[in-house]
Amino acid sequence: MQQSETQEKDVFRVNGLPWLTSHAPESDVVISSRIRLARNYRKVPFPNRADFEQLAAVLQLTDGVIPLVEQVTQQHLSRYAMDQLTKLQRDVLVDKRLVTNNLVANPQDRVAYISDDTSISLLVNEEDHLRIASRTPGLALEQAYEMASAIDDAFESRLDIAFDEKMGYLTSCPTNLGTGLRASVVLHLPGLVFTRNIANIINISQQLGLSVRGLYGDDKEVVGNLFRVSNQLTLGFSEQEIIDNLKSAVTEIIAHERRARKALALYMKEHLEDDIWRAYGTLRYARLLTEKEVLALFSKVRLGIDMRLVEEVSADCFPDVLIGSRASWLQNLAGTENMSKNELDKLRAETVRSALAAHPGRAARAGA
Amino acid sequence: MLCDDCGKKEAVVHIVQIGPNGRVEKNLCEDCAQKYGSTMFDHQQESPMSVNDFLKGVFSNPPQKAREEAPQGAELVCPNCGMSYRDFQQTGKIGCSVCYDTFRAQLEPLLRRVHGSSVHSGKIPHRTGGRLETKHEIEVLRAALKESVEKEAYEQAAEYRDQIRALERKLLQQEGEERHAAE
Repeated sequence: MQQSETQEKDVFRVNGLPWLTSHAPESDVVISSRIRLARNYRKVPFPNRADFEQLAAVLQLTDGVIPLVEQVTQQHLSRYAMDQLTKLQRDVLVDKRLVTNNLVANPQDRVAYISDDTSISLLVNEEDHLRIASRTPGLALEQAYEMASAIDDAFESRLDIAFDEKMGYLTSCPTNLGTGLRASVVLHLPGLVFTRNIANIINISQQLGLSVRGLYGDDKEVVGNLFRVSNQLTLGFSEQEIIDNLKSAVTEIIAHERRARKALALYMKEHLEDDIWRAYGTLRYARLLTEKEVLALFSKVRLGIDMRLVEEVSADCFPDVLIGSRASWLQNLAGTENMSKNELDKLRAETVRSALAAHPGRAARAGA
Repeated sequence: MLCDDCGKKEAVVHIVQIGPNGRVEKNLCEDCAQKYGSTMFDHQQESPMSVNDFLKGVFSNPPQKAREEAPQGAELVCPNCGMSYRDFQQTGKIGCSVCYDTFRAQLEPLLRRVHGSSVHSGKIPHRTGGRLETKHEIEVLRAALKESVEKEAYEQAAEYRDQIRALERKLLQQEGEERHAAE
């Protein structure tokens, strides 16, 4: 578990989120897939009721299994103790969605293990003793589950996991009981938003036992057209059934999104192209950008890329733009929390400009 | 009351600003209030209404029938973590894995309401899954046995039968061990 200084810095300085790559199944609509398993150790009180001694014991138990997990996953895992990170560093991990707000809220005895490619994260003493998360780019839930399940097997071979014959895996919150499985995908749905069909999709998904939430923005207005779709029920279904159910619903949503994009391209071609190119121009040349602006504009550029209208930049700039525009990321880069809105907007515009320049698309490469 | 700034929407936020001109109080709608601080309605933050709050309500107001079925629920205390049933009703949180066993009777109707089911049908851990895994294996073998009898593959059927018998012996042994441990 020894790690070099550079590696530890990397996660805060380099974006590198390979699970956001655009070379993946259905990646014109599905950004990424994630599987999360909630597990607890037998008899030890759940983190919300455990004292510091018990939390430390959970940490020690977990630490002991990490070498085996590294062997199984063939990945190096870095250990991040939340109480040893600065607030900005913690915020960066939260913005990268590698750790949760819940883990950061009470940093003492809270630890995250993160693989070098950031596809795997193990959160210790979050709501449950152990939360295993595995991410894949595009729509690849099975692959993510296989990895999470293999990690689960590694823990289970060494530790007694809380389990009940009828209720399944026992979790701190009864809503995770049974499989402890939360499968989710992040979808980019600009077509459904622009054609005003998104409300229907959300409604129908809820009737199918799925939850749909905007990734950024508030309940009234989702910014960036990114949505997370996940299963709500965890008990009474097998892991495979939960994943199949989510997958079939997502496949349906993808079909609707593609149809909406086709309709936009057919009936509003000039408008759509103008909108996309204006967005690209703004991101490419603006000197001050707010978080909200970047999200809204980049959604249009990404749509342009996925519809092959924009070939100046590749979709791989997505993580750099997405994470690079977060306030925590910029403040951490600048090394100070005390930045005025103006300074932030200026640094954000610079970061976005260089992110776009760093990922030239087909047209830009041909020109060069 | 309408918002002091836009005068259009219903005011839902009350703010007090202390500046060079002294104290200013305002009643604002959600949109106008947002202009006063970027952190106010950050979607990233956990919503103030949590699942636990909701469960708290469900715990403390069981339907009439459940109340009659489990009248002693309120006095139950978990032997492992000391959580009492009353704690549940107040916090909506579960203390430890043993709590699920202690409060099984009270929790099962809740689980059926939350999940529509109260029986797990997914992955089973080898170590703590206990007899469930063996039972599951027997079920699978029985199905295979039936199939091979139908196909008149009697040699294979005999093999399955022997495997089932061995597992059943193992199951009995496990049950014996558990009973022994309990005593």
